[in-house]
Amino acid sequence: MNFSALIDNFGQLTATGFTQGAIYALIALGYTLVYGVLRLINFAHSEVFVTGSFAAILTTRLLGVGADEAIPGTAIVIAVLFAAVLAAMAASGATALIVERVAYRPLRKRNAPPLVFLISAIGASIAISEAFGVFYSRDNVPVGNLIEPATQFTLFGASITNRMILIVVAAFGMMILLDTIINRTRLGRGIRAVAMDPDAAALMGVNKDRVIAWTFVLGGLMAGVAAVLYNLNIGVTKFNAGFLLGLKAFTAAVLGGIGNLRGALLGGLLLGLVENWGQAVIGSEWRDVIAFVFLILVLMFRPTGLLGESLGRARA
Amino acid sequence: MSHDTLAPTAPPRSSSPMLRVADAVAARREAAMGAFRSRWGGLPKPARYVPGALLLLVLVLLPVWDKSLRASTGSGIPVIGTPNTSFSGVLFLVGAFALCAIGLNVVVGFAGLLDLGYVGFYAVGAYTVSVFGSPSSDLATAYPWLICVPIGIAIAMVFGVVLGGPTLRLRGDYLAIVTLGFGEIVRLTAVNSAPLGQRSGISNIPKPPGERADGSKLFGVVDITPFYWLILAFIILILVLVSNLERSRVGRAWLAIREDEDAAELMGVPTFKFKLWAFAIGAAVGGISGGIFASRQGFINPDTFDVLTSILFLAAVVIGGSGNKFGVILGAVIVVYVPERLRGFDESLFGAWFVVLFIALGVTLISRRKSLLSSTVRAAATFAGGILGLVVAVSVGTQLHSIVTDVGTENPTRLLVGAVVLTLIVGLVLLQLIGLAQAEGARIAKIFVGAFLTVLVGAIAPYVFDEIGDGVQALRYFAFGIALIVMSVFRPQGLLPNRRRATELADRKKEVAAGVNA
Repeated sequence: MNFSALIDNFGQLTATGFTQGAIYALIALGYTLVYGVLRLINFAHSEVFVTGSFAAILTTRLLGVGADEAIPGTAIVIAVLFAAVLAAMAASGATALIVERVAYRPLRKRNAPPLVFLISAIGASIAISEAFGVFYSRDNVPVGNLIEPATQFTLFGASITNRMILIVVAAFGMMILLDTIINRTRLGRGIRAVAMDPDAAALMGVNKDRVIAWTFVLGGLMAGVAAVLYNLNIGVTKFNAGFLLGLKAFTAAVLGGIGNLRGALLGGLLLGLVENWGQAVIGSEWRDVIAFVFLILVLMFRPTGLLGESLGRARA
Repeated sequence: MSHDTLAPTAPPRSSSPMLRVADAVAARREAAMGAFRSRWGGLPKPARYVPGALLLLVLVLLPVWDKSLRASTGSGIPVIGTPNTSFSGVLFLVGAFALCAIGLNVVVGFAGLLDLGYVGFYAVGAYTVSVFGSPSSDLATAYPWLICVPIGIAIAMVFGVVLGGPTLRLRGDYLAIVTLGFGEIVRLTAVNSAPLGQRSGISNIPKPPGERADGSKLFGVVDITPFYWLILAFIILILVLVSNLERSRVGRAWLAIREDEDAAELMGVPTFKFKLWAFAIGAAVGGISGGIFASRQGFINPDTFDVLTSILFLAAVVIGGSGNKFGVILGAVIVVYVPERLRGFDESLFGAWFVVLFIALGVTLISRRKSLLSSTVRAAATFAGGILGLVVAVSVGTQLHSIVTDVGTENPTRLLVGAVVLTLIVGLVLLQLIGLAQAEGARIAKIFVGAFLTVLVGAIAPYVFDEIGDGVQALRYFAFGIALIVMSVFRPQGLLPNRRRATELADRKKEVAAGVNA
């Protein structure tokens, strides 16, 4: 137990935890959206994320940037990042859509028990990550350095880098966008309706299948952005990188109350912070243990998460 | 309830004469199965043990047969043997997984609790045996195996209660994620704590006592057969115990909880207590399996106990048929044996494996045979597409093969096998597409193209993989993932689903019809 490390570096730990948490939250949104609508853990969401991560890397490489060279000018970096985000979003969204088509929709048509959905999802997850492992590489894949971290300002003893600002701003921007889509648009109304009562929604003229497909795509788009941010933050990815990250993101979604968008945000940020504070106290090798113990503790006292589960009832 | 698609339902009324024929076929099949079952039930009890005993005898003798074949011909049992890995080792691993599947089935299949961290108990059993038994562990008690295993079971049970106590109030997916977290906590604790050997693990794990006539150890390192027999014995023992539990008050309580927890609670079933029991019993079985696994390995490290293993346990339960104890054993065979078989892949057997795979798929599809006759036009379109695909595939495939190898090898066996495979693929496509096509008419072109493409891909695959060589081995988990999806889509109830509920439903229907309940 090393509390002085926590107290001395509290500001810095909070800043890194917040950055990490923002990425968790962005991935957690995918879980929470699908869970809210289908009451189903989309186990393959972590691979949706990985697909985005690889798509981003391939895009930057195709554009000839980031491979051990000097960092190009700001304008080029912005353009490349923009292209990478678009590619990652497209890849992740498409993967999510395909997973829904191949692994979930046939089961839905057959009214399969929930456990079977989980197995099918696990199958999709294994198949996608193994596809990257077999056909691309089983080793760590370097992302390439696009943004040299430079401290922009200091806040409560924490040096805030440009990278952190970018990640947090982008993550929050996406979340606000998603929240607007869910609460203000026609599609969002459809999603909320299906989440509340699928059959009644169908009777009211909502095309259930299309709404569900769009839910997956929305989750995939968020995961695509998260993948680019993760690449920036960590600098390396791997065919099975999604597994632990997906687990954490799901933990974050459950923490906040799965099915609840604001819960995912809260859960993600909290998880990032607790992890970082905790690892300062009892050592970084226990980081993942801290996350899971924290989850168990929270669920013991709040069995449906911090904010409760309600996509349908989330009325802002 | 969506649980059993198997429950006999009234055949849907149909306008097409073809469909009526199909319904009649299905009804006759159901009747034949029913007749078989009632005749089977009428046999004297000893006679009903005969097939089981024969199967057991075959299972016991498998490694011996393999060993004698290896000694005389140099290779193991044809087709089912594992060329590059020890066959008895694979059998043992299947046994260890089967034991875990039986234990997990108590939790998932009987009590209906989703446990994604079952590997945690397996690890606890393995680590307990190692820590208490190994002279090189920190504890250095070096207890003999016979003492270590009961300790392992007890500690695994304690962990079951410790995990279950606070978490069993959670339901469904929350329970799933918490148990998943538990499995990771156990593994990460082993990785990080010095008494558990961290990443390098623990070695010198004791083996069961016993010597051969020549004084050598019975449970050695080279020949895994005794371990296989040991785990077989444990499987039978646990099966007997679990079967009795299933038929007892406890089993009925689990059934009630699985079907409707609130209703069970209202009817006075102490649900929490019985859920905890399910957890503890499942944990204990996992602990036994882990303990035997550790002593067979001789050393363990945390890598063995990752979440993928946990998921494989669950996959075994669900593939085999959640709730059916023999089904889950079959599931374990599929989950462990198939990837191991693909590991030592002999290219000449590739076709044979394709056949096995597609027969298995075909079997899983039988339950949907009804729609086969729904339209001759569709069948014709599929067939035409399939034939065209076959022709293209064979011509392209042979070209491909000769281009890559530079030798125009024509292997008649492979061609024969290929033909069989293709026939099966055509059948598969037929079934699948006809099942998917709902609207009349416009789908025919789609069916044709679908059949063509599927056959093309399926038929070219052997030629292509033949060249990749190690490709099959590398792809085994990829293929496993795909198989899981296909399995879930086509046979969600598992290969050997739980009969009990189906028969219960049928009985109830009969009672209602006879006016017993009315």
